[in-house]
Amino acid sequence: MKQLFILLGIFAALAVVPFFVSSEFWLNAVLLTLYAALLGQSWNILGGYGGQFSFGHSLFFGVGAYSVAVFQVQLGVNPWIGLLLGGLFGSVIAVGIGFLTFRYGLRGSYFALVTLAFAEVFRIVSNSLWWTGAGEGILIELDQRAVMMQFKSLSHYYWLLWAITLVCFLTVWSLGRSRFGARLMAVRDNEDAAGAIGVDAFTVKLKAMALSGLFTGLAGVFYAQKFLYLDPGIAFGPAVSVESLLVPIVGGLGTLFGPLLGAAALHIVGEVAREMIGDAPGLNMVVFGTILVLMVMFLPRGIGGLGKMSVRNIFKGGK
Amino acid sequence: MNSAILLPSILNGTTTGALYALVALGLTLIYGVLHIINFAHGALLMVALYGVYFLYKLFGIDPYVSLLIVPPLMFCIGYVLQRLVITRASHGRDENILLVTLGLSIVIENLALFFFKSDTQVVDTPYGFEVVEIFGAFLPYPKIIAFVGALVTAGALWLFMERTDLGRSIRALAKERKGAQLVGINVPHVFAMSFGIGVGVLGIAACLLMPSYYVSPQVGQGFVLIAFTVVVLGGMGSFGGALIGGLIIGVVEAVGGLVLGESLGQIGIFAVFILILLFRPQGLLGHKV
Repeated sequence: MKQLFILLGIFAALAVVPFFVSSEFWLNAVLLTLYAALLGQSWNILGGYGGQFSFGHSLFFGVGAYSVAVFQVQLGVNPWIGLLLGGLFGSVIAVGIGFLTFRYGLRGSYFALVTLAFAEVFRIVSNSLWWTGAGEGILIELDQRAVMMQFKSLSHYYWLLWAITLVCFLTVWSLGRSRFGARLMAVRDNEDAAGAIGVDAFTVKLKAMALSGLFTGLAGVFYAQKFLYLDPGIAFGPAVSVESLLVPIVGGLGTLFGPLLGAAALHIVGEVAREMIGDAPGLNMVVFGTILVLMVMFLPRGIGGLGKMSVRNIFKGGK
Repeated sequence: MNSAILLPSILNGTTTGALYALVALGLTLIYGVLHIINFAHGALLMVALYGVYFLYKLFGIDPYVSLLIVPPLMFCIGYVLQRLVITRASHGRDENILLVTLGLSIVIENLALFFFKSDTQVVDTPYGFEVVEIFGAFLPYPKIIAFVGALVTAGALWLFMERTDLGRSIRALAKERKGAQLVGINVPHVFAMSFGIGVGVLGIAACLLMPSYYVSPQVGQGFVLIAFTVVVLGGMGSFGGALIGGLIIGVVEAVGGLVLGESLGQIGIFAVFILILLFRPQGLLGHKV
């Protein structure tokens, strides 16, 4: 319960940020951090709690983003319905891919590569379909009304994102207390042993895929409505996939607050790096790539693991 | 579709496929011995291609002469990378290696983007555009040299693995790590040698590729999934499989491009990749995974 109170406390504080932060720059900074935390937490459900490392999470992101954009532009469907569709399709695609890969027992590195390959397939296909706008991309018409999920004020976008992220974090909080969560972590720690005590690993992993795809799809919808433009590279390219996995790895895999911590740390590092070395193309990615290498080498439990480690070290006297 | 365009496209695909096979050979060697997937393979190929390009641009060294310079350098890079970074990052989980090599590829590619910009560079050799006619298909000389070179390299690598002490150590280590350690094989050294050789083969691929191809910071990305497809298709760790897989993928891409149009040609490759992973993950010539 303590975790829940901390979580609600953090989100209560985040909710009132727009009242205290008057500059667009800082509100945008918090918004982008929250957005990264949402992406990271979605990946964390599958990667951190389920132990299935996806290298192609942009697939679910892109499906969500294109759902809201295509239904809106081609068929005139209201984006609020598009929000539901984006989450639904993200989830369905995730389950479909999970069904194919887990059915045939693909684990570990194979799973990572299959997700990446599917993301590539979607990128190439969306590059040549007329109704996704092909290579030129798709533009959502500017219509700043709440009913069209477009807002004049940045703080309204912020609250929309806040609400989605809160639901995502509450879902992950419940993982730590539910039977499903326990089964998922059992599968992560030892799939064969989990199977031996009667856990249906296949179903458990599919459920984790569904949840992860759902929230990643919702993040995609938010992106589409915020920036009103998508192309195959943005939607299905590697940038989103990398961001999704980097955030929880930096913050702490399989922990509730890891993605929040990771998102904040990465945002600060990104900004500092930009101040120090300028806005040259690629340099911030160099920094993020280096962080990824160093984290996996020296801090595989993430920043969140630091506190636990040192406390334990004090009591046990070293490792 | 008539054979007048089909045959040239198959021949063209075969020559491209030989190069895919060459890139995949290094990957399959690394996988076969270390059981790790080197995600930075494409980025390292890009580094090698830039090496060939700058040797030509700055010193006028012909790409084929670079065969004496670039592969040894790539070998050293691979050896050092394995000993200093990759081996320390695993913590007993394959996924960690995948993450570290992903991180490395991000760093390498974006450093290249920073230093070389995203421009595409080519070398203009005097023989670059000479063609030879085979069965009605006009194939550029560099592609034929690359095809032969790929076969020779694969053969040499096979001989090396079969006949030399180091090759035997590598095979022993691939089969039985503890046993190899017990008979006195220096495990970290042989691991790093295998990784170095796998990366060194990329240097050969780069020299053979450059006269008929181009280099840009993103050039490796296209090769990563293709090389994995080849390796997975042929069977992880199998040299013969990599060779056959490479040729098949090259032809699939060329014919796919012919049937579906340039932009969708690559779909065929990924379709093969996904189908193989789903239905025969051990590959055509591989053992059960």
